[in-house]
Amino acid sequence: MTTSTETIEQLATREYKYGFFTDIESETLPPGLNEDVVRAISAKKQEPEWLLDFRLKSYRAWLTMKEPTWHNVHYDPIDYQSISYYSAPKKKPQLASMDEVDPELRTTFEKLGIPLEEQKLLAGVAVDAVFDSVSVATTFRSKLAELGIIFCSFSEAVQEHPELVRKYLGSVVPYTDNFFATLNSAVFSDGSFAYIPKGVRCPMELSTYFRINAASTGQFERTLIIAEDGAYVSYLEGCTAPMRDENQLHAAVVELVALDEATIKYSTVQNWYPGDKEGRGGIFNFVTKRGACRGRNSKITWTQVETGSAITWKYPSCLLIGDGSIGEFYSVATTNNRQQADTGTKMIHLGKNTRSTIVSKGISAGFGQNTYRGAVKIGPNAQGARNYSQCDSLLIGDKCGAHTFPYLEIKNASAQVEHEASTSKIGEDQIFYCRQRGISTEDAVNMIVSGFCKEVFRELPMEFAVEAQKLLSISLEGSVG
Amino acid sequence: MLEIRDLRATAEDREILKGVSLTVRPGEVHAIMGPNGSGKSTLARVLAGHPAYNVTGGTITFNGKDLLDLEPEERACEGVFMAFQYPVEIAGVNNSYFLKAALNAQRKYRGEPELDAMEFLELVQDRIKVLHIDSELMRRPVNEGFSGGEKKRNEIFQMLVLQPVLAILDETDSGLDIDALKTVAEGVNAMRNPDRAIVVVTHYQRLLNYIVPDFVHVLSDGRLVKSGGKELALELEEKGYGWLEGDAA
Repeated sequence: MTTSTETIEQLATREYKYGFFTDIESETLPPGLNEDVVRAISAKKQEPEWLLDFRLKSYRAWLTMKEPTWHNVHYDPIDYQSISYYSAPKKKPQLASMDEVDPELRTTFEKLGIPLEEQKLLAGVAVDAVFDSVSVATTFRSKLAELGIIFCSFSEAVQEHPELVRKYLGSVVPYTDNFFATLNSAVFSDGSFAYIPKGVRCPMELSTYFRINAASTGQFERTLIIAEDGAYVSYLEGCTAPMRDENQLHAAVVELVALDEATIKYSTVQNWYPGDKEGRGGIFNFVTKRGACRGRNSKITWTQVETGSAITWKYPSCLLIGDGSIGEFYSVATTNNRQQADTGTKMIHLGKNTRSTIVSKGISAGFGQNTYRGAVKIGPNAQGARNYSQCDSLLIGDKCGAHTFPYLEIKNASAQVEHEASTSKIGEDQIFYCRQRGISTEDAVNMIVSGFCKEVFRELPMEFAVEAQKLLSISLEGSVG
Repeated sequence: MLEIRDLRATAEDREILKGVSLTVRPGEVHAIMGPNGSGKSTLARVLAGHPAYNVTGGTITFNGKDLLDLEPEERACEGVFMAFQYPVEIAGVNNSYFLKAALNAQRKYRGEPELDAMEFLELVQDRIKVLHIDSELMRRPVNEGFSGGEKKRNEIFQMLVLQPVLAILDETDSGLDIDALKTVAEGVNAMRNPDRAIVVVTHYQRLLNYIVPDFVHVLSDGRLVKSGGKELALELEEKGYGWLEGDAA
């Protein structure tokens, strides 16, 4: 797996240099949202009628919905009319060399071990145009095609595999699901599409980097992954974002469908701009991620490491419909400075002998507020369903907060549900112990945090785990002492 | 090697050390004894640089350096080791990983090459035998779920691997049964050599049967009230600390 991941990473990196779409007109729609805007987006993408209809009914539904307020995050009201809903690739102001790049940003890149060429790209140094909202084309696609695997941008899938998109789009997250998902359904820009045919084990980790580059452009990605009977796929989603000084709304929707005996592993490392120390300018991340284990003995695993964004609002969930299906959620969410995270999962047990595991690790530092919100529902027909939940919080300093809201709804007496929770503080004593052995404070914090997150990191593919660990230490830098 | 002059220290604005002076030369073993609350453990922690204590007066010189000027990790790298009275648990961090990180941080500080996994393993295998530690312990998280005896043995084991110049044992005997006590003492005695000094902080004379000190000092109410040879420990055992508290007044 390791070698294939490397290959993909290399290919993906190369694609950043050469593989962008260049045939789309460079233009951004003026800010504002109405039916004409929805039609314009659809027209620009030359979408079929049924997709325009999907967008329009979503838009109409959205008009009747209210922004949720039940979450434990606080932000100034978003003016949805001030956002531009379509941004074609456009050039950022180009810098002549890396010397002109913000030194702080450069240091971060170096710590992350991002190759120089990619650093240039991310920082907007003259290499190639930098894109947003339009997905990266995938050169190794042909290799996958031999196995019948489709991996392409969502827009391409609409053109080339409309029957699949039409069958599954909105089938896991209905267009009326929630305020942000409905908004996405109306105006989604692009995203990824993966289809693994019957009995095929995808030989490489499918990896996509989402990047946000254009200022004040809302990002509305749409991802759809389908694993047919007996198929297996591991999908990686990672992001790094350049510094920004304006809030950016991000409302993605991810839908996963696993049929009989199929397995989907979906791993995310999220590192969007969290804002400055006062919380100015960070990304608002309102995401709806849901997987349906439709088939017998199917399995969906969500693994996420969330270190970025000013606000994270995200509950990757599993609908365990097929008998014997399995849902897993492994999460590390970090909040530092003024970051806020309200994240967790929903495990909906509908089939017999369905099982779910939830391991959530929340880390709060600075003034960060971290909320775990999870629901476990056992339906009346879910004979023999089992759930194990573990929610641990780690506090660094005394100005941050951790909150846990577990919801349980059990309608079948044979179900077994276990919940464990703990809150600990990185104590002065732990750090002193490490320092007395010669380990610096910074390294001590990293070590303690990594130990705390171990159960989640080991669910990630190797390279991703390394990257995640590095990200974590960067995001917590200076949080102690 | 270690020169403490008129050391004064407070914790939460309460003065605990009220002028302690002590000289420790290479090769010596000193025992610091005293009743509860006399400041024994404070002395050990101040030497290690624990942030909860404030040094309000006096000096500490260690191998020619002003120890008070150094961060705790720098003191460790200079060769000051403290075996904790209450070893701290670190969940999810493998004991062996922790120790390797510590050893390599110290080696790096001293300009020595870091040990790779194989070299470290060899070193560990070599030292682990001294203490009759189950090598399984190395794979468990640092001190998590360890029994009291295992924690103390682990401290001594870390000391054997890190090979400090000055080892301070803070009530290492508390909570140990006689067998564990003997094992721990064996480990400490294995460390004795002409270049190294050991300071044993203890409430009871018992440990000193196994780690025989060159000097015994009695701390009472933040001051050293009596110093002597190893026979002083026996005298204390017989007469109790009350005998000396009269002197201190």
